[in-house]
Amino acid sequence: MSKKLGVYVCGGCGIEDCLDLRKLTDLAASECRAPVVRTSPAFCLEDARMIREDVERQGVDGVVIAACSPRVNTEVFSFPSAVVERVNIREQVAWSHPPRHDETQSLAHDYVRMGVVRAQKATAPIPYTEANERTILVVGGGVTGITAALDAALAGFSVVVVEREPVLGGYARRLHRRIPSRPPYRDPQPVDIEASIRRLESLRNIRVHKGAEVTEISGQPGRFDVTIRSGEHLENATVGAIVVATGWKPGDTASFESYGLGRFPHVVTSVTLEEMAAKGRIVRPSDGGPVNRVAIAVCDGPGDARHLPYEGNVSCLVALKQALYIRELCPDAIVYLFYGDMQAPGQYEYFYKRVQGDPGVFFSRGEVRSVSEEADHKVVMEVHNTALGGAVQVSVDLLIVSTDMVPASLDPASSGSLNLRYLQGKDLPTTSAGFVDSNFICFPYETRRTGIYSAGAVRQATTLAACAQDGTAAALKAIQCIENSSAGAAVHPRVGDLSFPKFFMQKCTSCGRCSQECPFGALEVDAKNHPVLDANRCRRCGICMGACPVQIISFDDYSVDMLSSMIRAVDIPEDGEDRPRILALACENDAYPALDMAGIARLQYSAFVRVLPVRCLGSVNSVLIADAVSRGFDGVMLMGCKAGEDYQCHFIRGSELLATRMQNVRETLDRLALEAERVHVMEVAISDSAEIPAMLERFVQTVRQVGPNPLKGF
Amino acid sequence: MDPQESIAAVHRSILVVGGGIAGITAAVEAAEAGCDVVVVEKEAYLGGRVAQLHQYFPKLCPPYCGLEINFQRIRNNRRIRFYTMAEVETISGQPGNFDVTIRQRPRYVNDRCTACNDCVAVCPVDRPNAFNFGMDRTKAIYLPHALAFPMKYVIDDSACEPAACAKCVEVCRYDAIELQMAPKSFNLRVGAIIMATGWKPYDAAKIDNLGFGRYADVITNVMMERLAAPNGPTKGKIVRPSDGKPVKSVAFVQCAGQRDEAHLGYCSGICCLASLKQATYIRAQDPESRAVIFYIDLRTPGSYSLFSHKVQDDPHVSVVKGKVARILEDAATGELAVEAEHILSLEKIRVKVDLVVLASGMAASLDDGKPGAAIGFDKDHFLLPEETAPGIFAAGCARGPVDVATAAQDATAAALKALGAIRSRASS
Repeated sequence: MSKKLGVYVCGGCGIEDCLDLRKLTDLAASECRAPVVRTSPAFCLEDARMIREDVERQGVDGVVIAACSPRVNTEVFSFPSAVVERVNIREQVAWSHPPRHDETQSLAHDYVRMGVVRAQKATAPIPYTEANERTILVVGGGVTGITAALDAALAGFSVVVVEREPVLGGYARRLHRRIPSRPPYRDPQPVDIEASIRRLESLRNIRVHKGAEVTEISGQPGRFDVTIRSGEHLENATVGAIVVATGWKPGDTASFESYGLGRFPHVVTSVTLEEMAAKGRIVRPSDGGPVNRVAIAVCDGPGDARHLPYEGNVSCLVALKQALYIRELCPDAIVYLFYGDMQAPGQYEYFYKRVQGDPGVFFSRGEVRSVSEEADHKVVMEVHNTALGGAVQVSVDLLIVSTDMVPASLDPASSGSLNLRYLQGKDLPTTSAGFVDSNFICFPYETRRTGIYSAGAVRQATTLAACAQDGTAAALKAIQCIENSSAGAAVHPRVGDLSFPKFFMQKCTSCGRCSQECPFGALEVDAKNHPVLDANRCRRCGICMGACPVQIISFDDYSVDMLSSMIRAVDIPEDGEDRPRILALACENDAYPALDMAGIARLQYSAFVRVLPVRCLGSVNSVLIADAVSRGFDGVMLMGCKAGEDYQCHFIRGSELLATRMQNVRETLDRLALEAERVHVMEVAISDSAEIPAMLERFVQTVRQVGPNPLKGF
Repeated sequence: MDPQESIAAVHRSILVVGGGIAGITAAVEAAEAGCDVVVVEKEAYLGGRVAQLHQYFPKLCPPYCGLEINFQRIRNNRRIRFYTMAEVETISGQPGNFDVTIRQRPRYVNDRCTACNDCVAVCPVDRPNAFNFGMDRTKAIYLPHALAFPMKYVIDDSACEPAACAKCVEVCRYDAIELQMAPKSFNLRVGAIIMATGWKPYDAAKIDNLGFGRYADVITNVMMERLAAPNGPTKGKIVRPSDGKPVKSVAFVQCAGQRDEAHLGYCSGICCLASLKQATYIRAQDPESRAVIFYIDLRTPGSYSLFSHKVQDDPHVSVVKGKVARILEDAATGELAVEAEHILSLEKIRVKVDLVVLASGMAASLDDGKPGAAIGFDKDHFLLPEETAPGIFAAGCARGPVDVATAAQDATAAALKALGAIRSRASS
């Protein structure tokens, strides 16, 4: 149904000094056939009322505001009963192009045309609100899981905890003491996990399954169907969101063979030492005799890379703590602590200093080159590059090697799989280091399976204090996901977006690309290999829409048809005028703000470029590029984020997938007998605004050299 | 209202003190979980210290990227309100019912500002640009930075002379400038409080032997971020502050004023990674350039060591286990020499470089006595939960020196603690 359009052309902030507003309003009224067209010296101030009145009294339901960037005045220009389209003629036209120039005016005209098309094509999405279960599943009953469960319960949510072992507490139960995590950072602290366990088991809104496993998870945020097996007994639960706190396990002892582990009885791991200390006796393992000289080796030297590719996060702190165990339980013993770099960040420095102050603990940097055994099972270590003076030999009664903390995610088969019934796999995707993949820095809980948040040692090797904190945070994310899912709203990064992809299934070719390429595993397939959407898994990036070779996927307010129509709305000058037209499909999260900031800095760039913001470059269907060149655009630029290991794409795989689609595009160009240089993928970070004018100019020059698109006018 | 009812009232909103990465994370995470949130930020913009960083380790990605998403989340969420140039004066009350006094400094520019920039063109005075640590200047009326949120101008009242000039007022077409704007105080009633007051760079001038403040080409790591940033004082070119010449060699001095009871007794935990990262800045700029990092322990815990290895794979980046004794400047050539003692060999080392970067640490932002007895501190001025009133939680560097990823985690956790404090109160 066609909308009643209102086009509002703002003259403020230098727009009317740059552009002929009269021509713009004429365009809106005549060519765009908008029944309501208005101008104002500043629509963002009192005159916002004019728009509101048109919406409320004149029945305007398609509002096109040609003014500043949609990145400002969001609240001012929000009219809930209308579709609002912001046309950026301030930052990306008036502030970045020469005033009173024909090409600048043409640019503004094209942007108004594109905005009008977008407003006409978009409809207000109707949210999916069918899934609103509010229980949280916590997988793993160690300190992370216990904290997550307790804090979620305190906020009023029901929780189901599943723990593999017959008792709760995880690794914390096996610890003698914990690393001090608050001032004065002096003495190892009681673990006291039992108090938390008692509290957990006393709360009525927490249900605990011990000695149990998750054998299947299907569904979506707001309604995950979970099967829990306890022995032979199977039980089903429906939950709204999931916290994964499956923790870690000690690394394979075989990898410590060079330290004599497994060969010599007096070489033990830090895990064994915890057990000895917990029993109150640190003795020679072979005969229970006293230990007088003990060495602790923090095994993170270059030769240790075979265990895990990264170094210990907590192994130094554990070594410091265990040195104090030995000093406490064997007051006459001396401890040698060999390490590479002492990883005692933050205020843990105070703990390091305190242990350094103990006269019975000798610290030395050094690399353990060899470990052998002499009479009476004494362990002889050869340590190189020490501060004690080159290479030294030390004979000890006990050698403790710091164990690896292997995240459960690195080995789900033996650590317990989530058994997700997802086409894309049973477990959460991991980074190359084996940890659950998330946007590590800014948004650490955004895993690639919506509504499933990892926390604790499965996410990074860390201390008990940090695990507890992490559990609390993941529980918050689970609560948030439940609140959003029940309203049919997206979670991060398009928070609150109510749209979701729809499929014109009659034309589906069952190719399966959409379900394979979705970074979030939102799409399953049915018996015919047709996609089946779990709406609340969807993050609304549109990557499926970009993937579909027959363009059957669209959102209510974002579709191939809409983008294609916007592209076709651009006026293409006749051949021979040397007014090339270039389409720039730009990531709205990074490239688009970078263009805005170029404008804010009043940097000038080519007026031949028409910027079309997209949710993600991954949502760009290759047919759009074909449409643009067929229509007569001389060049197409794709401005998006960095792909690869250090990806910057907020949807993880968008830029990477675009690259794979470029093969298609090249074939299309070839078929149309057009030069490959006409299409260019440009990596643009949000901080690149200063370089944008030159980047665009280079491409304009390339296109000019290639010459006008021969398809113009067809 | 019935007085008894007001006593029993439980306020369900959360106050977040500080609008840096920890504060805005806490705010959006809590708001997206259904809470009303008020953010109070002392600067004129949200984003805090991370807005001044060129890149984050270990991905070498721009902080603006995550900030933009967070600002979008704030723009689109009516549950979040914020006040800039505002600080908390006093806190009283208990969980569910805190009474907080806020003092807001005048911005002199009201919400009608459209950011058109006309005022800047006519402003006759300038000021050192605090955002760039004084390495360049702006007009007295200015936009704090390119991604400033809110995108509103501000007047520096230490530079502006309102009695003598009102040119900006005359040129402003939107009645947005109010030179008579006065400080104001107001009260907020909230159910829980998250302190995310962050950190400030330790004053490197206090470290006598390292020459900061005496030698122009000795800078701090935060200044290096601005030099490398494309929107910084040199548009991203790392040059010597003394003569503007390109930098071919840099020495990084780790633990400058840290792990040292005379300065900061603790380790800030991020500086080794920051220096490794900054070594990549200089290397990206000039293939011939060299960087040397003097350190005591290279603290790159956990998977951060992968980043450390990657940077150290560059033969032009070297790391030296040595404590820097002093920095000298050749009076004639202006050349800097770093003197250190190698920790293993005990040999004296002397390296000549164009630029010295001090890895000076993060000090807590809040001083003693602010904002009153409800908050307890440790000896380093980090917030101590045990001595802080219930219902008040800390996040990020208010609680201890942490990196951005940890601050984001901490803030997310604080959001649930605050939510729990309110909900358990409301249901009891």
